Amino acid sequence: METALFAVTAEPLEPAPLVSLVSDPSCGAIMTFAGVARDNFGGRATDHLEYEAYAEMAVAVLAEIAADAGRRFAIGKVAIHHRTGRLAIGETAVLVVVAAPHRQASFDAGAFIMDEIKARAPIWKREHWADGSQEWIGDEKTRPGAGQSAG
Amino acid sequence: MIGVTVRLFAGLRETAGAGELSLALPPAATVADAWAELALRFPALPAADTVSCAVNRAYASPASPLADGDELAFIPPVSGG
Repeated sequence: METALFAVTAEPLEPAPLVSLVSDPSCGAIMTFAGVARDNFGGRATDHLEYEAYAEMAVAVLAEIAADAGRRFAIGKVAIHHRTGRLAIGETAVLVVVAAPHRQASFDAGAFIMDEIKARAPIWKREHWADGSQEWIGDEKTRPGAGQSAG
Repeated sequence: MIGVTVRLFAGLRETAGAGELSLALPPAATVADAWAELALRFPALPAADTVSCAVNRAYASPASPLADGDELAFIPPVSGG
């Protein structure tokens, strides 16, 4: 299957196909960022993570975020893949790959893209704590939709 | 009446016991009207101001009007990345 620039998938994430996808003779930089399942959250021990997504919308939001980055920074193509389902500690939850003519724009765009994913991609993380309990993580400060609420 | 498909995720999905359900609403109903109807059915849902919404897979506001066949999603605070 051909690799898409933007995807939400239950399959393990691999950077190499995304690097191939964004590479271009005009781009001297390819920045790869991997967000990886960590063994704690705020110091509390995590056994594993679980991600749920509104996949149909999330793919569109990832493409919008990349387009926004393209308007702000001098970059080439962007690829973003986000994982869903159960992730063991150390597995990759998100991959962001940015091609750019020069490195600084690729770093800046990568930081912007990650901030935007955390703020507005309809994706949720559940911490499965080491003590056996579990909890959906949600940051009130970054509630999506520009501060609008449901009612 | 109009029929909309409601999608619920994460903690909202678990509170309602379903990730997808159908709602029948009066014509000219808004997102806020749909939430009010859900809150009646599922009193354990959180306060409306903690939840965002999307209509047909784009972020919307409580005042957004709904039309027959719309897909309405309620989106608790996100935590991707």
